[in-house]
Amino acid sequence: MEFFIDPSRCIGCQGCVHACAECESHRGLSMIHLDFVDRSSSPQTTPTVCMHCEDPTCARVCPADAIKQTAEGIVQSALKPRCIGCSNCVLACPFGVPRYVAAMDQMMKCDMCYDRTSVGLKPMCATVCPSGALYYGPREEIEKRRREIPLNTFVFGRQVVKTKVHLMVGPGSEELEFDVMSFIEDRHSPGPADLPLPRAGEG
Amino acid sequence: MSDSTPHWRKDFPINWEDDHYVTRREFTSFLALISGALFFGTGLVAVRGWWQRWRLASPNSVLIASVAEMPIGVAKLFYYPTPNDPCLLVRLSVDRFVAYSQRCTHLSCPVVYWAADGHIHCPCHEGRFAVEDGRPLAGPPRRPLSRITLMLRGEEIWAMGVEV
Repeated sequence: MEFFIDPSRCIGCQGCVHACAECESHRGLSMIHLDFVDRSSSPQTTPTVCMHCEDPTCARVCPADAIKQTAEGIVQSALKPRCIGCSNCVLACPFGVPRYVAAMDQMMKCDMCYDRTSVGLKPMCATVCPSGALYYGPREEIEKRRREIPLNTFVFGRQVVKTKVHLMVGPGSEELEFDVMSFIEDRHSPGPADLPLPRAGEG
Repeated sequence: MSDSTPHWRKDFPINWEDDHYVTRREFTSFLALISGALFFGTGLVAVRGWWQRWRLASPNSVLIASVAEMPIGVAKLFYYPTPNDPCLLVRLSVDRFVAYSQRCTHLSCPVVYWAADGHIHCPCHEGRFAVEDGRPLAGPPRRPLSRITLMLRGEEIWAMGVEV
């Protein structure tokens, strides 16, 4: 059983966001970020769950030793007695997953519903997604049904990140490369954000 | 982990299974819980002991034998204060009677009266008690036998209580 995200299938229904907020361990607080890709030109949204990196950057930069990775490769949310709310992980995560929750003075992030997946259930978001943008199941199943192929290698500048969660992309690419510098420049440039979206096989 | 890993990373590993660090708060809560449990546990044991002593000390007189049926140097089995507490009544002389719980103070084996030696004997581990006052003489037992307080009412012998 593996997790696959296909942003092109996302219809922006917010189902995953509300399903996530139903969880009793963080009721009312969703760990999913449902973002518009470029709101000025398109209604396209994309769900972001934790990618669960094989070598988690958030845990590497944590000065308080609060982020742990289980044997299954699930990167847990910050441990409450240890997290000092420094937001190092928020800044360091290449996918922008961790969020600092000021009311709790703690970092909160998706843990792939560890309470559910560790006992064989699907994560909440994947159970409710009506369009299959969030899919949790056997890899053969998704390879049989979809044209896109799962990919889990991302290149951010000189950092290569392999993740447990897969992104469904068009056929013909082995890895996704992001131009981090141009992203930062664009963010700081005035006017509507015109982000260069990563394209398969480029760079 | 490879050899190139810095030693502080070995002390604070990312892998959850390798993480054995105990925070001060976890340690103190553990300490408080354990000592609290010990405090309440010993308290319970103490309360139970007091209650038993109070129950045994409460007057609950039972007729156990008559003087006529007790020759000197003979033991009689009776049950006091409950039917599950076997006791021995021994006539030492014309006017002297003693009674003890039959439960050995070592491992609760039933003790027997050896008239020839004048001892109370526990066959399990060769424990011996003085018949005069129940104090341990030999073998593993270190505490005297529980003594039953007796009272003579005319020709009748009554058990009046237990001295633990």
